[in-house]
Amino acid sequence: MFTQKKVYAPYVSPFDPCRPMTVKTYETPPQLYLPVQPPNLPQWDPYKALQMGTLWPAYYSPYEGRGK
Amino acid sequence: MHKQLPEEYYKLLHDLQAVDFVLVELNLYLDTHPDDKNAVEQYNHYAHKKQLLKRDFEQQFGPLQGFGNSYSRYPFDWKEAPWPWQV
Amino acid sequence: MWIYEKKLQYPVRVSKCDPHLAKLLIEQYGGADGELAAALRYLNQRYTVPDKVIGVLNDIGTEEFAHLEMIATMVYKLTKDATPEQIEAAGLAPHYADHDKALFYHNAAGVPFTATYIQAKGDPIADLYEDIAAEEKARATYQWLIDLTDDPDIKDSLKFLREREVVHSLRFRECVEILKEEQDSKKIF
Repeated sequence: MFTQKKVYAPYVSPFDPCRPMTVKTYETPPQLYLPVQPPNLPQWDPYKALQMGTLWPAYYSPYEGRGK
Repeated sequence: MHKQLPEEYYKLLHDLQAVDFVLVELNLYLDTHPDDKNAVEQYNHYAHKKQLLKRDFEQQFGPLQGFGNSYSRYPFDWKEAPWPWQV
Repeated sequence: MWIYEKKLQYPVRVSKCDPHLAKLLIEQYGGADGELAAALRYLNQRYTVPDKVIGVLNDIGTEEFAHLEMIATMVYKLTKDATPEQIEAAGLAPHYADHDKALFYHNAAGVPFTATYIQAKGDPIADLYEDIAAEEKARATYQWLIDLTDDPDIKDSLKFLREREVVHSLRFRECVEILKEEQDSKKIF
């Protein structure tokens, strides 16, 4: 099992002019952890697959926007 | 003024897009996993479904492909609107 | 040889009249990490990669043209009914002065498309790593575009396109594994 979003705390200087972002994130999508697709993975039905952008839930990478 | 498309058009189009999407996914998968027998069978199963849906769609709404990959009605209707970005 | 199928790969809808968004979306039309760059890159590399992986390059290259068409559809729908005043307000006046509402292959900043966005080193490992990188860059660009709009229908299409980049990246990674494989040991499924 793996997470698709990683979090880190960038350095904040007391001299930074703008309100600092104390937490930043980046995406770590499935192909990083399953770089070769194993056979017989479960599939979505065609309509769901079309909507999600892939036939296989294992390779689905949700993205709702930064900071979510 | 072009005549508006019926509900049926959007429904059949969606059915076709769903089946074609499965075919694209399987095609790409099989390009790197040519020995997956189940996947090849599934691919052919959906290829057949596509042919049936294509025929139904074209009977009502005209050809989906040019250069002889679909039949034409008269007058030649391949060129007719709407084109996909207009729908 | 290409056969064109007269339908979009995915149903594209635009719910808000916001021509300004077209200015940003064009990044994936004529930009460095956009769909045109991807299509041309893979279809060009396919001539000189080892036989085992030509299929992937051919087929992903072909799918990218379908994605190009989706981006074009979004831009077309957002701009086709805009008045010159709306065009101006949307920041599209420089584009309009040259092209009216015609689309063109440039990025969000107006920089025109160039072949320097793609490479073909002839070395299959170099080419495939370029392709993996291209897919990750495209994925990231879709993330930023999703961040920049609140139109749920556009977001839906952009999320689809972003997910396709995930799958394409996977296939290119698999190609690397296929090419790494020693003749006698078969690790790939």
